[in-house]
Amino acid sequence: MTVELRSRIPEGPLAAKWERHRSEIRLVNPTNKLKHHILVVGSGLAGASAAASLAELGYDVSCFCFQDSPRRAHSIAAQGGINAAKNYQNDGDSVFRLFYDTVKGGDFRSREANVYRLAEVSARIIDQCTAQGVPFAREYGGVLANRSFGGVQVSRTFYARGQTGQQLLLGAYQALSRQIGARNVRMYPRSEMLDLVVIDGQARGIIVRDLVHGAVSAHTGDAVVLATGGYSNVYYLSTNAKGCNVTAIWRAHRRGALFANPCFTQIHPTCIPQTGEHQSKLTLMSESLRNDGRIWVPKKKGDTRPPNQIPEDERDYYLERLYPSYGNLAPRDLASRRAKQVCDEGRGVGPGGQGVYLDFRDAIARLGRPVIAERYGNLFEMYERITAENPFDVPMRIYPAPHYTMGGLWVDYNLMTTVDGLYAIGEANFSDHGANRLGASALMQGLADGYFVLPNTIGDYLAQAKLAKVGPEHAAFRQAQAEVAAQVRRLLDASGRKTVDAFHRELGRLMWDKCGMSRSGAGLTAAIERIGALREDFWRNVYVGGKGAELNQSLEHAGRVADFFEFAELMCRDALHREESCGCHFREEYQTPEGEAKRDDARFAYVAAWEFTGVGKAPVLHTEPLAFETVHLSQRSYK
Amino acid sequence: MRLTLHVWRQAGPALPGRFVRYDLSDVSPDMSFLEMLDVLNHQLLGRREEPVAFDHDCREGICGACGMVINGRPHGPQRATTTCQLHMRTFPDGAELWIEPWRARAFPVIKDLVVDRGAFDRIIQAGGFISVRTGGVPEANTVLVPKRDADLAMDAAACIGCGACVAACPNASAMLFVAAKVAHLGLLPQGQPERGPRVVNMVSQMDAEGFGACTNHGECMAACPKEISIDFIAQLNRDYWKAKGAA
Repeated sequence: MTVELRSRIPEGPLAAKWERHRSEIRLVNPTNKLKHHILVVGSGLAGASAAASLAELGYDVSCFCFQDSPRRAHSIAAQGGINAAKNYQNDGDSVFRLFYDTVKGGDFRSREANVYRLAEVSARIIDQCTAQGVPFAREYGGVLANRSFGGVQVSRTFYARGQTGQQLLLGAYQALSRQIGARNVRMYPRSEMLDLVVIDGQARGIIVRDLVHGAVSAHTGDAVVLATGGYSNVYYLSTNAKGCNVTAIWRAHRRGALFANPCFTQIHPTCIPQTGEHQSKLTLMSESLRNDGRIWVPKKKGDTRPPNQIPEDERDYYLERLYPSYGNLAPRDLASRRAKQVCDEGRGVGPGGQGVYLDFRDAIARLGRPVIAERYGNLFEMYERITAENPFDVPMRIYPAPHYTMGGLWVDYNLMTTVDGLYAIGEANFSDHGANRLGASALMQGLADGYFVLPNTIGDYLAQAKLAKVGPEHAAFRQAQAEVAAQVRRLLDASGRKTVDAFHRELGRLMWDKCGMSRSGAGLTAAIERIGALREDFWRNVYVGGKGAELNQSLEHAGRVADFFEFAELMCRDALHREESCGCHFREEYQTPEGEAKRDDARFAYVAAWEFTGVGKAPVLHTEPLAFETVHLSQRSYK
Repeated sequence: MRLTLHVWRQAGPALPGRFVRYDLSDVSPDMSFLEMLDVLNHQLLGRREEPVAFDHDCREGICGACGMVINGRPHGPQRATTTCQLHMRTFPDGAELWIEPWRARAFPVIKDLVVDRGAFDRIIQAGGFISVRTGGVPEANTVLVPKRDADLAMDAAACIGCGACVAACPNASAMLFVAAKVAHLGLLPQGQPERGPRVVNMVSQMDAEGFGACTNHGECMAACPKEISIDFIAQLNRDYWKAKGAA
C-alpha cells in the first residue's frame, strides 16, 4: 500500500485559511443531501453535535452508541470547563493568544492551521451552547462568568459548576434528540461498531453488534464518521468510563487508516489515589481546583504526621517553587511528572506514598468557606464520598492518572483519515493538542469538530466522490460480517481459566509501568515483547462465558481487550521510536539538567502516522513534517 | 467484610426472574458497590456460572447508567449518591443485601439488573430541547440571565436521567425527570418561545410511555442522587395548565 499524507492545509495567511477554505470547498445541493447517508459512530460531544448538525443540513444520518442512551457518552464526565477566546474579562485574550497557548501547551507537536481554526471557532461554540440553554455560570449582572485554567495566564474558561461536560453534552444530546424525533436521525443505542467496510478505497459502511440480542448487522453509507473518543483504558485504571475503548478506531486502522502519535497520552495530575487492588477506575478531581488549592508534600522523607500537624516551613509547595510564574497552574504534564518525582523521592503521602496534598486551607482563610463551597462544593462532596475525608478539614490527596489521549487517527485539515470518506472527530483524531492538551480544551475541540468543522468539510468529499451503489449483500460486507462473527465465536470458544478483567488489569499495569508517565528505551523494548506474549496467552487462556446471541457484557469486554492488546504494542513502538521528550511523552534518556522534557526538533518535529501491516508485525512509519510558520519553536517555559 | 447477597436474576424480558443467594467474603470497605459486584462476577466466572448483568459506565456518578434497588431503596441508603459512588463502608460487616432492578412498567427488564430506559429518550425527543440551528444564534452575552435564574436552571439541569425517581415512586411516575427538563429550559430566556408546547408534548409522551401519575409522595426527591427538588414538579404543573388553558 502506498500512503500519501496530504494534510490539505489551505494556502494563505494563517488567520485567513479557514474562512477562505470554507468559501472554496464544494457544496452539496440541498436536495441531494438527503440522498447521502452518513454513519456517525459515537454520541459524545463530537458525535452528537455532528449528527445533529448534519441532520439539520438535510443529510440522512444514522448514529450509533454502545451505551443505552446517547446522553451517557463519557464527555458527560468532564468537569472543569470549556475555553473560548471571547475576551470577556478584558485581560488581553484573543484568538491568536488561545492559538498560541494551545500550540505551546502541546509542546509544538500539533498542526498550526488546525489549532488556529479551533481558536477561531471557539467563541461561536459558547454562543451555540448558550442558545441551546446550557446553564453556564453567570455574574450578578447576568453576563457569563469565567475562570482560569492550567497553562495560561488569561481567564477564558466557561463553566457550569463542576459539570460543564454534562451540560454541554446534554445540549448536544437535546439537539440530537430533536433530530431523532423529527426522524432525520436513526439512533442505534446499545450498538457497538466492530468493523469498518472499505470498498474501492472508500469507507462505505460498518459492521455493528446489537448488544442486547447479539445480532451482527451491516450498515451501508456514503461516509463514516468516527467520534469514538480516546483509549486511556489501555491502562485499565484511568479516568475514562468503563466502556471507553479503542475498538472502532483500531478496526479502522486495520482497514487502512493511519494511526497518529499513539504514545501521546495525557496523565492528569489531580485524581483520587488508588486505594487497593479491587479498584476498577480512577476518579478525576477537576483541574479548576488548582485555582485555589495549593499542592505540597512534606520536605522530609517518610513524614507520617497528619497534614495539619506539619508546620508551614516543613512543607514543600513544589510547583510554586519550581514554576514561580504559573505555580499551581503549571500545565498538566509538568504537574503530573513533578508529583511522580516527589513520590519517587519518598515524600509522597497517604497509603503506599502515592499521593500529594491539594490544600484549601489558605483559600478558605482568604475567601471564606461559603465561597469555596460555591466554587467546588460538588467536587468536595464527591471526594468525601469516595475517600470518607472532608477537604474542608483535611487536605485532599491526589495523584496523576491516565485521562486523555492526544493521539488518534491521522486526519487532514478536513478531518478525513487516510481512507476516503472516513472521518475522525473529537478525541478520536490526533490533530489539535500535540503532545499535551491544555485543560478545558477537549470540550472545545469536540464541539468545534462536530458543530462547525465537519458539517462544512464533509460536503467537499460527498460533492465530488464517485460512489458506486453498494448494499449489505456486497462481498466486502459479507466478508467483514463473517469475520466479526468468527471473532465472537473464537472468544466464546476459548475455554481457559482467566477472566477478561484479569488480562486487562495485567496489560494495564504493564502499560502504566513502561509506557506511562516516564518511559525508557529498555522498558519499552521489554514491554513490546511482554505484550506479544500476553496477547497469545489471552487467546489461549481467557474464559468469556455466556452466549453470543444475548446481552453478554463479558463478551463485549473481551472484544475490546483483544483490540487493546494489538493497540498497546503500537503505542509502545511509537514511544520507542520517538527519541525525544515532548509534552506528556517523557523519555528518561532525553531530559534537561532540571529534569524538563528535551525536545529534538531537528529529528522529531513531525507527526508519526503508522500503517498497519498485520498483528505482531512491525508497522510502517509515515511522517508529516510540522511546519511552524507563525509560532517560534522554543523550549516551553513556565518558570 | 462478609456479605449475604440476594440478587435478582432474570435471563430475558419475557422470562420469569427470581432472587439468587450468594455469600461473599473478603469485601473491602473501600470498594464501591459496583466493585463489590465485580468481585462477585469474577467468582461466578471462575465457577463457570453466568455473571450478573448490570448497567454502569463512568463510575463517578454522572453518566446515569448505573442504578439498582438495594434493600428497597433506589441507589441504596446513602443520600445523594449513585450506586457507583456508594461505598461498602456504608454497610455493616455481615450485612444482608437484596439487589433488584428498577421496577416500572415503562422500564422493562432486559436481563438481571439491566432495564430499558428508552422511554426517557423518547420523552426528550418529544420536546426536551430548544430548537436552534447550529450557527444561527446570537452572541452569548446579548441575552442576559439573572444569576438566580441561571443557578436554579442548573439545579434542575443536574438530572442524570438514571431513573431512580421512577423506581422510588409507588406509581412509577416520571414526573421528577420530566419536571427537571421542563424547569431547566423554562427558567431561561432562551427556552421561552417553546415553553408551552414543550411541556404539553413531554407530558403527553410521558403518559404514552406508561408512567404513572404523580400523587405527591416525594419519594422521588428522596431517592434522587442529584437531589432534584419536587418544587420543579409544581412548576411543571403550573406551566402545563397555563399551556393547556392557552390552547
